[in-house]
This record gives sequence, C-alpha cells and structure tokens, in this order.
Amino acid sequence: MLAHATTFALDGLGTRRVRVEVDVRPGLPAFTIVGLGDAAVRESRERVRSAILNVGLEFPQRRVTANLAPADLRKVGPGFDLALACGILAASGQVPATALESRAFYAELSLGGELHPCRGTLAVAEATRVAAVGQLVLAATAGAEAVLVPGLEVAAVPTLNDVVVILRGGPVPDPPEAAWDDDVRADALELADVLGQHEAAEAMIIAAAGGHNLLMCGPPGTGKTMLARRLPWILPDLSGTEALDVTRILSIAGLHSGRGLVRRRPFRAPHHTTSPSGLVGGGASPRPGEVTLAHHGVLFLDELSEFYRSSLEALRQPLEDGLVTIVRGQRSAVFPARCMVVAATNPCPCGRGSTGCRCTEPDRERHARKLSGPLLDRIDVACSLDMPAGALAAVPVPTTQEARDRVHAARARAVDRAGDGGPSRNADLTGAQLRRYAPLDRECRKRIDGAGGIVTSMRARDRLHRVARTIADLEGAERILPEHVTQAITFRRDVLRTEGEA
Amino acid sequence: MSACDECLRRAWLLGRLSGHLDRIRGQRQHVREVLALSDADLLAALGGGQREIVARAYAAFRPRELRAEVVAARQATVCAHRPEYPRGLRDLPDQPAVLFVADGERAVAALARMAEDPFARPTVALVGARRASADARRMAESLGRELAYAGVPVISGMALGVDAWAHRGALAAEGDTIAVLGSGVDIVYPRTEAGLYAELVTRGVVLSEMPPGATARRWTFPARNRIIAALATMTVVVEAAERSGSLITATLAEDLGRELGAVPGRPGVTGTRGTNGLLRQGCAVIRDAQDVLDQLFGAGAREAGHPRKDPSGLDPALAAVFTAVAAGHDTVAALCEDPGEVREVTVRLGELEYLGYVRRAADGRYVTIP
Repeated sequence: MLAHATTFALDGLGTRRVRVEVDVRPGLPAFTIVGLGDAAVRESRERVRSAILNVGLEFPQRRVTANLAPADLRKVGPGFDLALACGILAASGQVPATALESRAFYAELSLGGELHPCRGTLAVAEATRVAAVGQLVLAATAGAEAVLVPGLEVAAVPTLNDVVVILRGGPVPDPPEAAWDDDVRADALELADVLGQHEAAEAMIIAAAGGHNLLMCGPPGTGKTMLARRLPWILPDLSGTEALDVTRILSIAGLHSGRGLVRRRPFRAPHHTTSPSGLVGGGASPRPGEVTLAHHGVLFLDELSEFYRSSLEALRQPLEDGLVTIVRGQRSAVFPARCMVVAATNPCPCGRGSTGCRCTEPDRERHARKLSGPLLDRIDVACSLDMPAGALAAVPVPTTQEARDRVHAARARAVDRAGDGGPSRNADLTGAQLRRYAPLDRECRKRIDGAGGIVTSMRARDRLHRVARTIADLEGAERILPEHVTQAITFRRDVLRTEGEA
Repeated sequence: MSACDECLRRAWLLGRLSGHLDRIRGQRQHVREVLALSDADLLAALGGGQREIVARAYAAFRPRELRAEVVAARQATVCAHRPEYPRGLRDLPDQPAVLFVADGERAVAALARMAEDPFARPTVALVGARRASADARRMAESLGRELAYAGVPVISGMALGVDAWAHRGALAAEGDTIAVLGSGVDIVYPRTEAGLYAELVTRGVVLSEMPPGATARRWTFPARNRIIAALATMTVVVEAAERSGSLITATLAEDLGRELGAVPGRPGVTGTRGTNGLLRQGCAVIRDAQDVLDQLFGAGAREAGHPRKDPSGLDPALAAVFTAVAAGHDTVAALCEDPGEVREVTVRLGELEYLGYVRRAADGRYVTIP
C-alpha cells in the first residue's frame, strides 16, 4: 500500500518541498530509502524503525520502500524522520492515509520516539504557510519558533505517540504563544564601562547612526574590542521583518535557541584565520557564512591585517551588494549579508604604536598595504585609539542609553527623509540619492571638494558626504552645515596610510 | 670646474677595487687604514694575478672617459684640490680624493655653501638605526625639521629609519640637507626611499666618493660614515644599539674633535643601549633641537624655531586649538577638559586640517604643518 507525506528540505536559506512516498509491499522484510539522501537520511532507517517499535506501534515486517521526491535534490539532515515514520504508519494502515494529506512534518526522531527540533524550523514553517499545506507537525520544543509565522496551524508535540493521536483525529494541543527569544536589555553591555575613549565612542555613534562601516586603529588593550562589543546595543532594535530574517538565519545555521523571535542584533567576531568560505558561506550544500550570520547586525573583524587577503577580498562584494551568491556545482544559494563591519587593527605589526614600536619600515609598509586593500574601500569612518591620557582619561564615555537615543533620533530622521522604500541607512545612499537627500551649500561643497588635498577620489568624496549627512542627522540639522563636513574630515578613513605618504 | 686627473684616477681605482675591499678580513676596523694607503700601496696589496690586471687598467686609465660618464649621469665632481671641497674633510687622514655630486654644478655650489667649514658655519649630522623605533623616527624628523629651520644644514646617510626621517624633516622645513651615500650617487639604495632620493637630488645635495654606477658594499658604509662625521660640526646619534654603524660615526666624530650628542632612549631596550652608552660616557644629552643649538652656538644664543603657520589670522577658537596642538596636546583626548567638548574639538580639528594648519600622523596624533 502506498502513502505520502509532505516535508521540506533546506536549500540555502530557503526550502524545497519534499514528498515522502512510502510503499509497503509483501516480500522479505527490508527498508530502503532512495532520493539522494546524505548519511543522516540513510541512518534515518534505524531511528524510524526503533522509534515506531518503542512507542508500541508495529513496524511492517514486509518490504518497505521510501522515496524522497524530487529525486534530484540532495537532501541533508534528520528532518525527514517524522515524515518517513508517518508515511510508514499510513502505508501499513496504522493511521488513516488521508490524515497525512493536509499536513507537513518536520522533526527528528529519537530511538525512544521523542520528537526533536531540526535546523531551519522557521524557514520550514514559512514554506508550509506559503505552500498552503495546512498543519505543520513538529517537536514541542520547536513550537515557539513555528508560531512566529502568522496564520499557520501548528501541532507541536513531544512524542510520536502524540502525532499518532492527532492523525487518528484526536485533539491538537494548543501551540505556545509567539514570544521573544530573550529579554534584549537584560544582559546589555554598558557603553559607559569604557573610559577615556571619547573620540572613538563618538566615531562609533556616528557609524551606528548611519550604518557606516568603522575602522578602529590602536595598540592592544586600548578598548577596541570592548567598544565593538557594545555596538549591538546602541543600534536600534530589530524591526519585525529584520527579526524574522535574523531568526531564520540563526535557525538554519543551528544557532537559534528555539525560544522565539530574536530581538538582539547579531554580533559575529570570526577569528582572523577564518577561510573565505567561512566568512561568506560555502560548502557542498551551501551554508551561510559569518557575513550572513551577522545580517542586520555587526561583523567584527579583529586584527584586520591578520586576515587572509583572500578572505577580505571575498567580503568585498557581499558588503557592496548586501547579499552573497554562492555557486557550488549545480547548486547556487543567495544569502543576505547586510551588516555593519567594524574592523580593528594595530597601528603597526608589533602593536606598540607610537610608544616603543620596534617595527622596521618595510614591516610597517607591508602592514599598511594589507590595510589599504580591498576591504578599506568599504570603510566610511575611522578613528585612532591610544592609551587614555589627559583630563578625560578616567571619564566614562556616554552611556548605552544616551548613545542609543542619539542613534535612534538620527536614524528616524534619515527614514523620514527617504520616505518609504528609500534607504534607511545613510551608508546605503547612492551618489544620486546623496545629491537628492543631502544637498550641499556652496561652503560645504567647497570644503568637500577642496579639502586641502585630503579628498583624492570621487569615492572618498562621497564617503565624506555620507558621513557629513549622518553627523548632521545626529545634530538634528535639516541641512548639512560646514561644521558637519569638517567633523567628517576628522573621522575619514584616509588617515590610515603610511607615514611616508603623509 | 672639475676634479683633477690624479684624483679621478684614485676615485676610479676605488670603484675598481670595491669588490676586493669587501673581502678584507675585519674590514670594519681596517677599512680606514686601507683607504689611507696610496694608489701604489693599494695595488701592491692585491694578491695574485689580479694585481697585474688592475695595474694594467690603472695605467691605461683615461680621465676623459670618466669625466664624460660623470656628465652623462648629470653629476659633477669636486676634488681635494678645489676650493669647493668641504674644509671639514681635510681633517681626515684618509680624505676622499673626489666627491661625486648628483645634479651637477647647482649641487656643487650648494655643497660649497652648506659645508664650507664646519667651524665657521655649523652643520649637524643626524645618524641612527635603520630599525628605529617610532619614537626615534619622530625624533629624527623633528630634529631635522627644526635644525634646518634654524638654518643648520642636516647631514645624514639616506638609510632607512633615522637617516631618512632626518632628511625628510629638513626638506619639510625647506632647509639645507646633505645625503652621503655608500654607493655611486646615481644608484638609489635603499630602493624604497626612491621618493626621498628624488627630493634630495633636486632640493638638497647627494654626494659620494664612489664613481657613477658603483654599488653599495659592506665596506662603503663605514667609509661613508667618516665623510658624514667629518662634514658635520656635531654628530647626534638619535638611536643606536650596541656595536652599530652609528656608533662608528660617533667614534669618528670624537676622533676628529667634533661635538657629539645622543638622544636618551628608553632603558632596558636593546635598541637604545648604544645611545644610552654614549651618554654614560659623558656625551651631550639631546632632548630636542634647542639642545643641539645650545651646543653649537652657546646656551641661549639661538632659539629653536618651530616652522609652522601663524595662527593669528584664525578664528580665536581655532587658534586656541592650534596653539594647544603646537604645545603637544596632540590627540583629541588631550585637547578636551570635559566629555562635552569632544564633538566641538573634532569639528575644530577637521577645520584646521581642512585649512592646512595641522595634519594627522599615521598613529592618529595631530601635528602642525610647517
């Protein structure tokens, strides 16, 4: 007898609908799964068999063939377990075959018959809703994630027995309430823990307000990492759709807690030995990389000059376009990658900076060359840090709340100006949009154009223009004033060249 | 106006023997004894078949050919028999017979003006390590700049590190500077300083005792150091480790009866043991250009000038920031009394930078622009 059940396979950040067909025929007892499954799918046989037997149901002592269609799609992971089990139960007449028709199944089975959540629950839930399949049956612990999709019927149950009850027409337990993943303020890091780095804090607030990429340059121990870790909390909260995006990505990457909608902006700090595919994504069936995991959040590149040049080179296009396209053999995947990059670097290879540096000139030039590479083109704001000194050395920088309020107000101004559909971050303004939303009066134009040999390219000019717009937004100014341009000059990134060029 | 034939022959011989001289055992100690030998003795010291070959070429030497080569390389020559020959070099028992000068007669005239006599018109040699610390590089630059600004020619060897920054400082102040090379003056060594070399050729003086085309050898560096020491009234070692080339220059300067100074370095660091050692032996302590000027002209006789723009034309608020930067408050943090001022100060620094009064160094500190 033949039965089929619906489930979904993860494909990049999206899903593909998979039809699990189970045929139970007379013959020597056997259980085969076909349809391009990976090792986890092959091992599914043992889990499904044990789970069915251990909850007191019968595993047919006949010839069982399961097919995962479409047959040309490579299928990965244990998420097919439940659909297989239900297909077998229906094909062997233990549950009504019609009960499978308006349902999708997505869970891993334990040998004891418990349902476990799988990566990508949110994406599967969305696909179930879009494909109008009907009810989604999954593990109880995955329920909180599935209910984030409005209008989706969710049956979140702990064991295979409960699934059987539902399939036989029993009551469906109430799904959990849609909830936030965590209290976003509970473990917020306090910006005012940082002492003395007022210039850098200001640079970070400007960067946060405009979504500009930031470069911090200074000897070790001056607070670069400490500042960067506080950035997610001075950025505005994730909007509803942003939160869904982040949750979906984390879920597919297997990093989601399963508790609900993520509200905190991601902060990813990959080690400098991370490979290009680790940063932008890759693998035989493409998995998202760090730049995608940092989508809507912060990608912190500590020790920028130590990263492989190929890794930094790979980051350039994603940062330019806000998405990564990965092609592997016959598969391709598109991952979103709109994040703020915060890079930190030592001023020279030995890291001691202005006091007691022992680097040779060629060493320093190599270091500078590495920095002036591909990534630097995407950096709008830069600042130097040194050991705090002077009257402000022990004075805390603004609090997280103060910084947040300023950033919030500035972003609100940018959104008002651009209207619906316009870019909400000044960093995304194109040349034409800059001229439209950020007109310069004669004095400002004079300063930007003729900034004493400071501005050497059109790209640098636009960068200065964008940052000036953000500074004006922070100050609550409708138009860019000359002082905003001059402050932007102070934070421009072109300062980080070798001393010889100065 | 050119070197005489005999002197040119001597210079040619040095160039011809350059490779052989590099093989002298313990050449560091003995190079000066060798350079003091007469042409005949030099030839006699050669071993084996080489002596014959070189002696024959020596006899066949045509000054006219070398002269043509010099002109073709846009160089000029000054020999010890010319009035333009720097008087300081005559103190050397092994004085160079000929100085080859890049950029022709202009440079000869400039050399005569800058290095006429170290006791009539003071000059300063700034020397130090190639692997110099950031502090030392900054010190070399500011000493070079302020001394040149005060009218004192700055002499160095265009090596990486201290030498290059000393020249750069002098050029920044539009002052006089002389680079003494270990190679022929048409050879750019080190190659990474090609930009500096071009500036020095057109705006300063680049000289060497080696004929055109001669490459730098191990022995040519201590040899060029004796020229640096003899040209200068005072030699200042900015940073040196023990047993470094800069200490050779220091010893030479002392032997010649020149003034010697050293910049104190951070204790407990190998890179500064040489300079601190000199101080321990009692040489003059150099903290800034004023200390050098006091040593040269007598205490207080000359005021070290800071070549920088006059802030009087500026808006008073900007002028105040500019003056503070000039006084060493060179970071945003150092310029603020209160966190509320940070924004204002960054605006003003941007303004000053835009107006060309200050610039930002690679380490983020602000410096005034001369």
